[in-house]
Amino acid sequence: MDFETVIGLEVHVQLSTASKVFCGCGTLFGEAANTQTCPVCLGLPGSLPVLNKEAFRKAIKAALALNCEIAEITKFDRKHYFYPDLPKNFQISQFDMPFSRDGQLEIIIEEGIKRIGITRVHLEEDAGKLMHMADGDNSLVDFNRAGTPLLEIVSEPDMSSPEEAYAYLTELKAVMEYIEVSDCDMEKGSLRCDANISLRPRGTAGLGAKVEIKNMNSFKAVRAALQYEVNRQHDLLADGKTVVQETRLWDADGLYTTPMRGKEESHDYRYFPEPDLPLFEISRQMVADIRSGLPEMPARRRERFVSEYRLSEYDAGVLTQDKALADYFEEVLVDYNNPKMVANWLMGDILAYLSATNMTITEVKMTPQSLAKALKLQEDGVISGKIQKQILPVLLKEGKDPEAYVKEAGLAQISDEDELSRIVERVIAANPASVQSYREGKEKALGFLVGGVMKETRGKANPQLVNQLLKERLDTSNT
Amino acid sequence: MKLSELTAHQLKESYKKGGTSPTEVCKALFTAVDRLDPIIHAFVYLDREKILARAKELEQRPYERPLWGIPVAIKDILCVEGEPTTCASKILEGFCPPYNATVIEYLKAAGAILFGKTNMDEFAFGSSTETSCYGPTKNPWHVDRIPGGSSGGSCACVSAGQVPLSLGSDTGGSIRQPASMCGVVGLKPTYGRVSRYGLIAFASSLDQVGPIARDIPDCALLAEIISRHDPRDATSVAIETPPYSALLQKDITGLTLGVPREYFAEGIHADVGGALQDALKTLKGLGAKTVSISLPHTKYAVADYYIVAPAEASSNLARFDGVQYGYRSQTAPYSAEHGPLIDMYLNTRREGFGAEAKRRIMLGTHALSSGYYEAYYLRALKVRSLIRGDFDEAFKKCDCIITPTSPTTAFGIGERLADPLSMYLSDILTISANLSGIPGISLPCGFDPQGLPIGLQILARPFDEQLIFNVGYAFQCATDFHTKRPGLAAGKDA
Repeated sequence: MDFETVIGLEVHVQLSTASKVFCGCGTLFGEAANTQTCPVCLGLPGSLPVLNKEAFRKAIKAALALNCEIAEITKFDRKHYFYPDLPKNFQISQFDMPFSRDGQLEIIIEEGIKRIGITRVHLEEDAGKLMHMADGDNSLVDFNRAGTPLLEIVSEPDMSSPEEAYAYLTELKAVMEYIEVSDCDMEKGSLRCDANISLRPRGTAGLGAKVEIKNMNSFKAVRAALQYEVNRQHDLLADGKTVVQETRLWDADGLYTTPMRGKEESHDYRYFPEPDLPLFEISRQMVADIRSGLPEMPARRRERFVSEYRLSEYDAGVLTQDKALADYFEEVLVDYNNPKMVANWLMGDILAYLSATNMTITEVKMTPQSLAKALKLQEDGVISGKIQKQILPVLLKEGKDPEAYVKEAGLAQISDEDELSRIVERVIAANPASVQSYREGKEKALGFLVGGVMKETRGKANPQLVNQLLKERLDTSNT
Repeated sequence: MKLSELTAHQLKESYKKGGTSPTEVCKALFTAVDRLDPIIHAFVYLDREKILARAKELEQRPYERPLWGIPVAIKDILCVEGEPTTCASKILEGFCPPYNATVIEYLKAAGAILFGKTNMDEFAFGSSTETSCYGPTKNPWHVDRIPGGSSGGSCACVSAGQVPLSLGSDTGGSIRQPASMCGVVGLKPTYGRVSRYGLIAFASSLDQVGPIARDIPDCALLAEIISRHDPRDATSVAIETPPYSALLQKDITGLTLGVPREYFAEGIHADVGGALQDALKTLKGLGAKTVSISLPHTKYAVADYYIVAPAEASSNLARFDGVQYGYRSQTAPYSAEHGPLIDMYLNTRREGFGAEAKRRIMLGTHALSSGYYEAYYLRALKVRSLIRGDFDEAFKKCDCIITPTSPTTAFGIGERLADPLSMYLSDILTISANLSGIPGISLPCGFDPQGLPIGLQILARPFDEQLIFNVGYAFQCATDFHTKRPGLAAGKDA
């Protein structure tokens, strides 16, 4: 039987606010344990939460960027469970009146654009972190993270392959970065993802037994875990067996999923309205203000790059995935308006440099203005493409002025006809066999002669001119 | 007159004239405590050195502050930085908060001297101060009787002349009912009037901190100090508080007093009913009119309260788990069934909470459980809004409402401990004000044949505490019930 895959993702994103969601403590990552705490985020008796307006604004901004409806009234609820990293043994979260619902995110798949529904986005507080001691008997708790604002973004079960899930996460990260609400770094824990996956006979509408997968620490791990589950469930169903509805953990070393140990009882979280926080009215004015401050979203920018700069979908996709890269691209265009050329260099040599040095575009020393200058030098024939390849890493690393650097390093292209003609003469004289071959119709031999000129000039000769001069000389003279 | 018998206003007057000093007053109060507390057990913590140091500190910088040099006892439910704060529960054994409740900050800024922590029912769960892990407090009027609760310690110490003022907290009557039984004045302010920051939560949507004093002017003075907006409490209302004590006036001519039929019905002891009728006569004699009103949903108030309050309490008490602070069970070995973490939770809570706390945690957990939430908690919220609606209707016909505070005078120690329902019913007349958020006060209005005090409750519209104080003031100007002190208090301590 042929099966189709149904995937929904539940993503937690830490909002990058200066202070925590219900108190004034800082949210810095990596500080000494329990130094970013106060009676409120420690859940000390008598302490009370007060909503951080900045976190609430950022949450609304994120929901708007995901095309969600913003509720007029929202409330917070308490979600109860006992765990030592949860200081009050309940989490302030949102249950039946989340501040936003019904959004969507566009992802690019092979067939084009696909819209993934967003069921809801709500705001809650993060828990602390447990550290288990080597003695096996003791655990320590660090509450620095407790109370960090967390967005829970729940998708509809609209994804039909691990690839689509990967594309969704990539796009979600791009959106969150565009609106500057989170750095979405899975390794630092600022983005966490649980996946729900089931298989069903192709063409049917119902949902099969759902498996929840946890413990993935990168987008690639999410994709790999989902692929593992697709195969596992497919094999079971093809054998006529049933899939057990359960929670499974991804093992990043062994590359497989295992059922979560212990009884996975269905928790009764005993949600009830948080009595310490009143209902919140979200004014339409505030929503309008936040909406008007939203930047162009990656999907719109991608479309614009295709229509305005005539880039391919693929190129536009790569350039707009990272807001800083797209900004850089457009800044280069201000001084050097050749989108195709700029895109090629950015996506080729420059991205390769970034990935080799593990840097981002904002960390390199070469300004967009200098890249524009360097490309103009190439267009004007001052340097060749080959020299360009040579100088870019230097410019990226040291931030020199391209013109000055080319001059200083003596890398300017030789376009002087007289000078080149003399060199051409020397090369012809030194390579009679190649001249012979060329005249016998072997076009390849010309390349060898061009190479000879280039060697003599250490790559600086203007290649078009060398070609032209060689051809003229060989085609018109018999000597 | 002995120093320990002076009201805050009298002390202020004496300080002004140089008649006495905070140090002298505190020493006189220590003598009263030494003599009386072994009998009534109102205090659970008293750091005399710290109190005398504070008195000295104030004396070096004497200036006009509204509570300069006035000792105020604090219910053990309010966080005081560096002092044990336990809610009279073993589970908070050894807990010293690293911060002050907002009301404590306000008291300190007003120049008050924090005068120890007072006994209470464990986590304010009770109406008799018998569920305290420190043992019961006795009623100063009759040591075989309970002082009421849960703020029994705070009311008994003011009544007995150990301190002129105290703070309590009121979730279902926990200030007014013991005030009534101890013959003192106790106010539950409008919900949102006083900050709850640093008040260890019982039921967050019902709790209010309030003042306890021997007469209306003192109560009004303490109320105006603690009633200020606090940005750290999202339920604190940003509204100006009038200077209650300066605005006090005894002319109540033309005021309409509502007398709810349901509060004078079956279950009200004849002595209490009689005292209330006399009080109404007095108030009418002062120019007020009375009108009979109905609060038809009163009969559901206790049932409603015992869903809402335990539900919130079960959640608020979840944090007491032995992980960060307070009591942690050392019971070993751990069972194989649950593993060490769960067993630490179970043993800590089993050993740390008393019977009534466990009962309420179970009631509340059940009411919030999936499958029962709609039937219990959600329905209780609906009934709560009906009860609130009763008051909205009533206040269209009257300016304030007069009722007894408690159906009976103080009952015997141990008498109702084994019968939770009868204990719960002793708050039947006070609970509705918490469910509705309206302010209420209890003040003495008579004595039963055993010499036990009877309390009069005045309820008013939200934020109309001034009217409550004025009516109470008019009553006290015309009567002398509030000037009577328990026989126990009359000793040679000053």
